[in-house]
Amino acid sequence: MAKATTAGPAPQRVSLLRVLGPAHVWALGVGIVLVGEYTGWNFAADKGGALAALIICWVVGLLYTSVAMIDSEVTSTVAAAGGQYAQAKHIVGPLMAFNVALYLVFAYTMLEVSNAILVADTIKSYAGEGFGDWHYRGVIATVIVVLAALNYRGVLMTLNVNFVITAFAYLAIIVLFFSVQPWSQGTVLKLGEMVTPDNALPYGWIGVIAAFHWGIWYYLGIEGTTQAAEEVRSPSRALPYGTMAGMITLLIGASLTWYVCASLLPWQYLGFTYFPLLDAGKVTGSPFLETLMFTATILAGIASANGCINDAARAFFSLGRDRYLPTWFSAVHPKYRTPYRSIVFLVPIALAFAFIANLGQAITFSILSGVLHYTFMSVNIIMFRNKWPLGTIRRGYTHPFHPIPAVVLFILCVVTFFAIFLGYGAQLTAMVIFYIIMSLWFHFYRYQYVRRGDQFTMPWPKPKGY
Amino acid sequence: MAKYTPPEQSKEMQWVDVIFVVVAIFAALWLPLQAGWAGAARSIEKIENPTWEALKQTPAQVEQWVKLGIADAAAAHDIIQNKFDYTIDWLQLVIMTVVIVGYFVFLFKASDQEYREVIDEKFNGK
Repeated sequence: MAKATTAGPAPQRVSLLRVLGPAHVWALGVGIVLVGEYTGWNFAADKGGALAALIICWVVGLLYTSVAMIDSEVTSTVAAAGGQYAQAKHIVGPLMAFNVALYLVFAYTMLEVSNAILVADTIKSYAGEGFGDWHYRGVIATVIVVLAALNYRGVLMTLNVNFVITAFAYLAIIVLFFSVQPWSQGTVLKLGEMVTPDNALPYGWIGVIAAFHWGIWYYLGIEGTTQAAEEVRSPSRALPYGTMAGMITLLIGASLTWYVCASLLPWQYLGFTYFPLLDAGKVTGSPFLETLMFTATILAGIASANGCINDAARAFFSLGRDRYLPTWFSAVHPKYRTPYRSIVFLVPIALAFAFIANLGQAITFSILSGVLHYTFMSVNIIMFRNKWPLGTIRRGYTHPFHPIPAVVLFILCVVTFFAIFLGYGAQLTAMVIFYIIMSLWFHFYRYQYVRRGDQFTMPWPKPKGY
Repeated sequence: MAKYTPPEQSKEMQWVDVIFVVVAIFAALWLPLQAGWAGAARSIEKIENPTWEALKQTPAQVEQWVKLGIADAAAAHDIIQNKFDYTIDWLQLVIMTVVIVGYFVFLFKASDQEYREVIDEKFNGK
């Protein structure tokens, strides 16, 4: 039997609390993602023009629909904290699981950083000259620390707060849409004069491909719903329902956002601004809409950061629980039943990057980890179906049209890698080299401390082919 | 298969592992920023004495630029003329492809090797 390998006190045998329902899953997924409508997606217009941003809104929507379908099947069957990490551990192997957990921690921590920067930038844009550097940093630090404290305090309260502010931010997009009379082009909206045949695709089709990079931002993070797998009352019902409802919500929100912003903002400005919806509200000339979008931009950033802290901490917690990292990180708070040490450990990392990176860089780091993650998912579902064919284990949900979603997802991931290469190739290569170094470290050194058979915790039969 | 017993790791070495992970994360995120690898390949295509017409802006677009507080073409010039360069650097593309494909091949092969040990121990080689 293995001896203890902890650095601090032994982890307490307290489990996470099962208190969440489908609405919380929706709030977690949409809460993380909705900020993408308030900033980020518009950089797709920068890379390919306004029409490219619309094309990738729908094509990348297809990518994420595949992600949601695949995720719903696997997670409703492998219901464990860590989400895709737990899936990788049971289906592909420990090294892949370690990498997936790193993707998750990176993607969500950098997304959290992006959100804190967005909140500070939004306030700064209205605060005037008296808003100095320390005020700016103070806002960033407050967002990260206060939300970490909320997450520390309990998952139910965290996601109740997320539900309310996410719903507000989403309704703000609906209010803006109907306020600009979308049924009457030329009154407020002037799409035909803003997006013309001459400027719709300024770089041609290569620009559309390049725009995939930022198109990811329309939906990045919806797969984070799976992190709640160990805390929902009914994983087989709540996860598919909450995730698919979230995707439908986001597809509608993304389309409305594009329509309003492309009809109100010159495409070059659209690709330049950090606040497309806020600027859209501003150019309507309505103080109410401007104030509404200002408030909603901040709330969308806060909701996303809140969900990201939740997800990154659970991925880190899972690494500790399986001894991939010291088990000290796997402690559950005896009273609040949260992975509190992981939550606290990630705070200074988020703060450090919020102070040294800018919004565009932080978003790019997050996107890179996300695309690596989706590439894994496309292979993972094929292996899952091969190792445990339908009927051999109980699945909470079985997604239709297999393997089409997996093939579509894989192809779109390859296209997105190429899109990131167009403009950000050196950064992508550097990130992958980091993952290679970490993989070598884990495979040839750290894995010796991991118990073998104990990693497989599902009550399944032996996989086919082994 | 005999049950694998992991070696004992000292507290100090566990903290070394944690520090290694943190340093690696910071290096991966911070080094590209310092080395200038982060950010896009793009440049400003300068137009002397720009006008809205020279910047190919429609009247409706000009109206919106003004509402956004950018009242003249000179102020909008750097935003409009900041263009991406999509010329493909084939050498860089090949390097990137090799790195990504090599990474995933190693990942799946090494994972499979570890996974077989897990399954053997879990199911007692049956």
